Amino acid sequence: MGRITLDKVTKSFGDVEVIPPLDLTIEDGEFTVFVGPSGCGKSTLLRLIAGLEDISSGQIRIDGNDATHVPPSKRGLAMVFQSYALYPHMSVRKNIAFPLRMAKLDKAEQDRRVDQAAAVLNLADYLDRKPGQLSGGQRQRVAIGRAIVREPSAFLFDEPLSNLDAALRVGMRMEISELHKKLATTMVYVTHDQVEAMTMADKIVVLRAGHIEQVGSPLELYHNPRNLFVAGFIGSPTMNLISGPEAAKRDATTIGIRPEHITVSDKKGEWKGVVGVSEHLGSDTFFHIHDTGLAETITVRAGGEVGFRHGDTVHLTPREDVMHRFDAQGLRIA
Amino acid sequence: MATKASRSAARVMMAPAVILLLGWMLVPLTMTLWFSFRKYLPLRGGDLGWAGFDNYTRFVTSSAFWPSIQATLIIVGAVLLITVCLGVVLAMLLDQPMWGQGVVRILVIAPFFVMPTVSALVWKNIFMDPTNGLFAHLWKFFGADPVSWLSQASLPSIILIVSWQWLPFATLILLTAIQSLDSEQLEAAEMDGAPHLKRFWFIILPHLARAITIVVLIQTIFLLSIFAEIFVTTGGAFGSKTLTYLIFQRVLESQNVGLGSAGGVYAIILANIVAIFLMRIVGKNLDA
Repeated sequence: MGRITLDKVTKSFGDVEVIPPLDLTIEDGEFTVFVGPSGCGKSTLLRLIAGLEDISSGQIRIDGNDATHVPPSKRGLAMVFQSYALYPHMSVRKNIAFPLRMAKLDKAEQDRRVDQAAAVLNLADYLDRKPGQLSGGQRQRVAIGRAIVREPSAFLFDEPLSNLDAALRVGMRMEISELHKKLATTMVYVTHDQVEAMTMADKIVVLRAGHIEQVGSPLELYHNPRNLFVAGFIGSPTMNLISGPEAAKRDATTIGIRPEHITVSDKKGEWKGVVGVSEHLGSDTFFHIHDTGLAETITVRAGGEVGFRHGDTVHLTPREDVMHRFDAQGLRIA
Repeated sequence: MATKASRSAARVMMAPAVILLLGWMLVPLTMTLWFSFRKYLPLRGGDLGWAGFDNYTRFVTSSAFWPSIQATLIIVGAVLLITVCLGVVLAMLLDQPMWGQGVVRILVIAPFFVMPTVSALVWKNIFMDPTNGLFAHLWKFFGADPVSWLSQASLPSIILIVSWQWLPFATLILLTAIQSLDSEQLEAAEMDGAPHLKRFWFIILPHLARAITIVVLIQTIFLLSIFAEIFVTTGGAFGSKTLTYLIFQRVLESQNVGLGSAGGVYAIILANIVAIFLMRIVGKNLDA
């Protein structure tokens, strides 16, 4: 079991309030991702749950029990750190066995659990190496292994993939998702990368300056962003945000339209602009259109075979039915 | 240093320094070796010719030889033990955020800047003097008889003085090592269920291993040759005569350069034996 409830949790460092009162429930077995720009308090929130920081007020409940003043090791949570935090002088086997050794399990049981975790994570061949002799991805797996053997009620991940190169990151993303399916344990995952959030999460929590901006499934956030911040943060490339007369025409202060919801043509269309940079991904092409009079640039997705050149004049037509409208406060107009 | 040209240029440019250092080392070494085989009494006839291994046998068979080796090893060992243990504790304390940290850190390293002669005199006269010393007053305050430190407990006294001098060095090196410890490792250990003492034993101490090795090696080099502290306190009396001090007495008090030189050669051998043992015990910590 691993249901985590935050009840009016706040955190201040001195006079600076990092987390204003915050309520959140993470259901058992759920993969929850905290996402937000750097400095939004997402790592702090994770450390509050872990118990590495004391909360200033409020209550944290794990499986219904008050865990507010329970020390980190007694909360039944395991954490994977950004730097992996492996113990450099211990072999991989000793690293993974460390929490079991601290829990004074007998040697045979320790070995059994370590071997089991190593098998799950493909580490069996590396058990006698030191962390310094491993690659980034392998270190990451050792850190996860150290978390798994404790059989925690929830895993906490603090930007675990940010030190890996792009290809490895995609691979580890899959592995962690796979692991979640296999273990069916609650996972809380912190990242600033919205692609990670979209691809892995059951539930995304978008944070800004300690506030929860929106909570929901990836597609819910993508299709129904509650405000301008979420609209601009979720999705890659980002949503086109247009204010001015075009927005006023649609009874809004700002309108948002995703790149895939604009059709581009050389003949006719509602808006007109000049093609700037085009990004050819093969399957898709993203055009950055300038001089539209709407916004600095408008990003448009077209098929991979569409081939406009730099400097071409093109016409754009947005799809009205999927347009997002926001009022002066930046909130979504239903 | 990739090409042949740059490698030979590097050799040419390093040559003066290498030659100077070699000369610096080799000239005194050869002279010591040379004198150790001569009967050389500066005030009683000067160089009296070849002596064979006489000086070597006389030095070892003298009743002062083995006690001096023992005193040397006791002082070196005890000072190392005290400075490393207290150094680790002090470094961990100084690593904690506290008010007036900068000032406290400077105060802690201050003893290292005091010259050995001066600090030994300060200890001898202000602390350890049996009638006016602060220790004597303290003892009297509690109704005990003052200890005449330098005669009744000469070795512990010298160990105390030398430890006081070298503690800042150990603390400083260990403090920088502690500061380089990734705090996430400690947090990970905390989450893994390791309480304070176990975190110290399993995480902090192994992390400090290399720094402790360096402290031990460097201090050993200097501690094997401590002299001023003994010279101004006991003058080598009361069992506090180290090998270095014995050589000094042979050369200057007995005016026997040949005998002293032979002792110098023994000192080199002792230093090498200690070095071999040290490298065996702690050297592997230096491998990256």
